[in-house]
Amino acid sequence: MYGKGILKGLGVTLKHFVETYVDDFRRGRKRYGTREGVEYRSSKDVSGLFTVQYPEEQLIIPEEFRFVPFLVYDEGENGEREIRCTSCGICAKVCPPQCIWIHRSEDPKTGRPVPEPAEFYIDIDVCMNCGLCAEFCPFDAIIMDHDFELAVYDRHSNNIYDKEKLLKPASYYQKIRPRNYAAQEKIRQEKAAKKAARARK
Amino acid sequence: MTDTTLVAEHPLLERFPEGVTPDERKGYEGFIVAADRLVEFATALRDEFGYDYLSSVTGVDYLPDGKMEVVYHAYKSTGGGALVFKVQVPRENPVVPSLVSVYPGADFQEREAWDLLGIRFEGHPNLKRILMWEGFAGHPLRKDWKEAYFEEEKKPFGSRWPGGAVHRAEDENPFGKNVVYPPDFDPEKWTPVGDEALYAGLREFKKDDDLKTEQVVVNLGPQHPSTHGVFRMVVTLDGETVVRLEPVMGYLHRNHEKIGERNTYLMNIPFTDRLDYLSSMSNNWGYVQAVEKLLGDKIQVPERAEYLRVIMAEFTRIVNHIFAIGTLLNDLGAYFTPMLYALEERELILDIFEAVSGSRMMCNYFRFGGVARDLPPGVYEKMRDLVFERLPRKIDELDRYLTENEVVRARCEGVGVLTPEEAIAFSAAGPVLRASGVPYDVRRADPYGIYDRFEFDVAVRYHGDVYDRYLIRLDEIRQSIRILQQALDQLPEGDVIFGSPKYSMRVPAGEAYGRVEGPKGELGFYVVSDGSANPWRYHVRAPSFINLTALSRMCEGDKVADAIIILGSIDIVLGETDR
Ligand code: SF4
Ligand code: SF4
Repeated sequence: MYGKGILKGLGVTLKHFVETYVDDFRRGRKRYGTREGVEYRSSKDVSGLFTVQYPEEQLIIPEEFRFVPFLVYDEGENGEREIRCTSCGICAKVCPPQCIWIHRSEDPKTGRPVPEPAEFYIDIDVCMNCGLCAEFCPFDAIIMDHDFELAVYDRHSNNIYDKEKLLKPASYYQKIRPRNYAAQEKIRQEKAAKKAARARK
Repeated sequence: MTDTTLVAEHPLLERFPEGVTPDERKGYEGFIVAADRLVEFATALRDEFGYDYLSSVTGVDYLPDGKMEVVYHAYKSTGGGALVFKVQVPRENPVVPSLVSVYPGADFQEREAWDLLGIRFEGHPNLKRILMWEGFAGHPLRKDWKEAYFEEEKKPFGSRWPGGAVHRAEDENPFGKNVVYPPDFDPEKWTPVGDEALYAGLREFKKDDDLKTEQVVVNLGPQHPSTHGVFRMVVTLDGETVVRLEPVMGYLHRNHEKIGERNTYLMNIPFTDRLDYLSSMSNNWGYVQAVEKLLGDKIQVPERAEYLRVIMAEFTRIVNHIFAIGTLLNDLGAYFTPMLYALEERELILDIFEAVSGSRMMCNYFRFGGVARDLPPGVYEKMRDLVFERLPRKIDELDRYLTENEVVRARCEGVGVLTPEEAIAFSAAGPVLRASGVPYDVRRADPYGIYDRFEFDVAVRYHGDVYDRYLIRLDEIRQSIRILQQALDQLPEGDVIFGSPKYSMRVPAGEAYGRVEGPKGELGFYVVSDGSANPWRYHVRAPSFINLTALSRMCEGDKVADAIIILGSIDIVLGETDR
């Protein structure tokens, strides 16, 4: 029969249409606006509408998600910031679009380099969010962020981030990337223990 | 892989005692052919030796030697490794005979080599720029050509560290002041070649004009939703029938290859994501494979990484094909329903990519000697759920939804036909080639990675029309699911990368061509190393670009409305076409 294929296809559309209502009915309010609802709508079991209504709702961000990097500082005992970056320059050298600028500090008396950046810039207009800087930093000092809502009205005066804007505490790092943080902390502690053991000898 | 016959004893050398010599440079392969014997050589290669498929044509500028080299990779359409041959000509006046008469698939690629490297192909029927416009000064891939924002020959740039004085390239070199035109070129007076006919068609008729039925030139694109991006087709019509079609491209050109030659080897991986941005995992693989070939036995990919590579590449194929089907239906005028159904499955796979690689589309997941990181907890189960349960069901649903639809069949069957002979001659690749009845799939013809361990069929269809190009994508999705099921079942434990990767590494001098069966066809990367940390030459054999060579042939004789779906059935992504 001519038209059978079309009818069959329409059947599929109708099924999708009905499914949303059935699902709405079954899950009630929980389907929208809750974490559970969003999780369900990005799972293999979803039927019916799967749209996540940004910005009222947001997709659940996996730990590995990467957006413009930030610099990590540890909080010292008196609340001062201990910047992890030693300005070794590896991230600036590995960055594919070359959007990291690091000004290394120098000892004013001797003129020798000091392991701390005097300034650190990232042009986030140019950053391609590749994550290579974080991957190759030997000190876990630069980490990919989860915050992607960076829209501004004027990119020229806002989008070159300096050290102040890039610095975030290690506790924030721990919050967004608990698994990575724990793994790296373990390695750091092992290293520190080894160092201490060597010093004792 | 070179043909197993040793180059030095190859029967080709007997057949051509003069004018053909083995390429004896260290790390190089194949033959060097004298320019005046090239056409004869290629004809013999095709007719006597069975190398009927010319996959890649590109040029290399050997500036220190004062030479331009054109590099050809030819295959047998029945499978096996490549036969590489090269022609060397002086750099000041590089003239090489065109091979379009032997291999029509060389057409766009020779134009590209002319455009970017300034190599003239004598006898080419239409040798004009293809990615740049006529108002562009110079040939940008030449080693002595410098871009407007030029800073240094090679990255990393010295200004970044330790001095680190931040600046914006665009501020120092403001737009408008950075444009150079060729001498005797006036942008105000210039009309693009071939556009006179277009404007003549738009001219208002005056009373005393004769009323004639003429062929009309119609411009489809560049900014038209039906053209999958900024792509333009100049169509000559007789009534509603297409007489001739010329694709115009390059609107998204950013000279990916020049960027690649400034980059270090590692930096190129995230840039390959941006080629065919729907299938970044496959792109990564092609490039990484080429560099791994150069590194030789310095690097071995661990088992688990091999499996993860296959898994990611096959998921990518599903994502791509499902999207291609969705957009094809868009082109047919079905509007957004099929597209959104396709997007739903795609979304679930992208969730997996995001969890593993950190990004949905710009995955940057492959590394030399493995992959960037192991699967986070929970992802393996998610993959299994999709592959064993949801995807097969949903693909069947898509099939039920579209395949027997009378409108789809009426619009697609018998439209845009490409015969097997034409498909091979035009160097078509991927689903386009296989839908024309040529069962050629790099995964089988020249296996890479661990594809020789899996059971799957090379999908093939025989009519070479739009409908078959639709069906073949469904077939391939099903085969990909099959591969995924095996790979997930067999996935071993272990490391995912060889050794501890360095942020910069030197690569032994030589050349390598890595190719994978990308979702759109054979995706090849030709990399030449001079032994330093940055590639000397980096070329992408882009299936989206080369498949367009056959577009005009497919459209001839069909209606203008069909041109849209024929383009849709080739499935191009402009990020890759224009590079
Ligand atoms: S962020 Fe890391 S890689 Fe970059 S300079 Fe600082 S310590 Fe070195
Ligand atoms: S994420 Fe990539 S592009 Fe961005 S700063 Fe880091 S290395 Fe550079």
